[in-house]
Amino acid sequence: MIARLISAVLLLGAAPVLAQQIEPAPVVAAKPAAQPAADQGLTGSVSDDSNWSETGIAIPAFATQADSPTATSAGSTGPLGRAVAEIITADLKNNGLFKPTGPGALPGVPYAQVAAPDFPGWAGRGAEMLVHGAVDANPDGTLRFDCRLYDVKLEQGLVHSSWTMAPGDWRRAAHKCADAVYARLSGESPFFDSKIAYIAETGPKGARMKRLAIMDSDGANHRYITTGQAIALTPRYSPDYSKIVYLSYLNGRPRIYVYDVAGNTQRLVAETGNPTFAPRWSPDGKWILYSMAIAGNTNIYRVAVAGGPSQQLTQTPGINIGGSYSPDGSKIVFESDRSGSQQVYVMNADGSDQHRISFFGGRAATPEWSPRGDQIAFTHIAGNLRIAVMSPEGRGMRYLTDSWQDEAPTWAPNGRIVQFFRTEAGSGHTSLWQVDLTGRNLRRLPTPVDASDPAWGPVLP
Amino acid sequence: MNRAASPAARYLALSLGLALAACAPKPPKQLPPEPGPPVQATTPAATPVLRGPAPGSQADFVATLMGKDTIYFDFDKFNISPDAMAALQSQAQWLLRYPAKRATIEGHADERGTREYNLALGERRATAAKNYLVSLGIDPSRLSTVTYGKERPAALGSNEEAWAKNRRAVTVTVD
Repeated sequence: MIARLISAVLLLGAAPVLAQQIEPAPVVAAKPAAQPAADQGLTGSVSDDSNWSETGIAIPAFATQADSPTATSAGSTGPLGRAVAEIITADLKNNGLFKPTGPGALPGVPYAQVAAPDFPGWAGRGAEMLVHGAVDANPDGTLRFDCRLYDVKLEQGLVHSSWTMAPGDWRRAAHKCADAVYARLSGESPFFDSKIAYIAETGPKGARMKRLAIMDSDGANHRYITTGQAIALTPRYSPDYSKIVYLSYLNGRPRIYVYDVAGNTQRLVAETGNPTFAPRWSPDGKWILYSMAIAGNTNIYRVAVAGGPSQQLTQTPGINIGGSYSPDGSKIVFESDRSGSQQVYVMNADGSDQHRISFFGGRAATPEWSPRGDQIAFTHIAGNLRIAVMSPEGRGMRYLTDSWQDEAPTWAPNGRIVQFFRTEAGSGHTSLWQVDLTGRNLRRLPTPVDASDPAWGPVLP
Repeated sequence: MNRAASPAARYLALSLGLALAACAPKPPKQLPPEPGPPVQATTPAATPVLRGPAPGSQADFVATLMGKDTIYFDFDKFNISPDAMAALQSQAQWLLRYPAKRATIEGHADERGTREYNLALGERRATAAKNYLVSLGIDPSRLSTVTYGKERPAALGSNEEAWAKNRRAVTVTVD
């Protein structure tokens, strides 16, 4: 239990690390206009109609001391500085908190001004917040990124972080800068420097090819992992990114595999002749939950990642499936049709004290516990399929989306954004979407082809 | 997947099946016990004939069954309707005639449910069909099941008619 708690802390531990890097908070907080969204918007109800305005953030191109060649895809440090600012701008868009203006609409910044901005000039442009940064090439080929956030009116620095990155990781520096800005201004934990596993879908509706794929949280660095010869479904990143559990129809039988990312190898989660579905990690990465069908009945099992015997956690006729650990690892929320239709239940991690928590009509499926522990996201089915959240006690249910078919929510590492997939009626086209906890800020995640079953990994160290 | 029977005939049979199913008593939630693990068996190659499918082949099975290789289910249900019983009896007759043949029963769900639950539901439907065939005297070692959930629809529309056609279990013999 102690080990699990420690790991849970580590999982959410990126915030304190960043907090140590940023400068002390100003005596006067950022102007109130920036706050309501952070204070109430993200936790308030969907019907919340209080006024707030998005904070204007100017993000000009990062400066460079000397335009030097780099081994990045963005070119020398000059164009690279511009690309970094563009990524930060894209990250901070569409979350309801900020109104970022990118380098395309802003003047360049002399290198000396990175540490001493022209505050009156930026105030004259209407910017409330200002991101400045620099990118320089080190002699060994690595890159040094400097990232600063200023309050224009207070003429005060709020964030100053710097990172040295290998050229291939240059986008991560931009995400880390966006994370630092987001965390400082919203008071929430960061989440941009993270990866997403999902299922890439191509081909006609009746014979879709479904491949396991991974990408950065903004859709960059896309990579297919499986060839598509066998249907792949429902991936989940391990908390340390080293493995992905997913369902594969390899050899014609649907079973859960544990895929090793670095070694490009995989093994069955359990040596059984029965079909296995719906894999999930424990927060400490030591256990895998999976569901197994025997004689038509499906129940939830737990197995150590290292292997060994499985422990059966549910034992009722019908379909018990899925399962998502609370952040402290002590409880599991899961789906069962033991009452006659799909509903959400909670049990202790050892399978004891199973009780239903969803009592609001319709069916409730695919529950996922927030990494903050305060909410459970799920799919509510009453005709249409919609993404909804409720408290771990089953109270305060509210919808985040309203479309024909939205399903399979998973959480951003900071527990503030829910990701899911949307299916189009008729064509069957699928796409990935993100919505914040107010339900107001919805955005489609770009993918090269149709996409489903998104699963976020934690913030990278 | 659409084998032999005309869509109109299938739909008529389906509607009748749904109507009968609505009157039928609900089966117990607990399925009959699993008859045992499937056993690998080899099948001698069927002797080709001049016209029509080779007797005992999958093509012969499809041609003989005339659509009854597939049974249909109500929304979120896995009970065997009277219509499905008749279809499974026809399947059993064929399987009893060719005792060396093995078969896989593919369970499917319509698109209006969540992906993981539908995988489990498809497995339930395939198992229900298998258990009924076993009750008709088919050796369980000849029958295996696989679920496709909602991943392999036969009818591609997003309407009640298409969903009814997709809530199915299809028996495919192994050549």
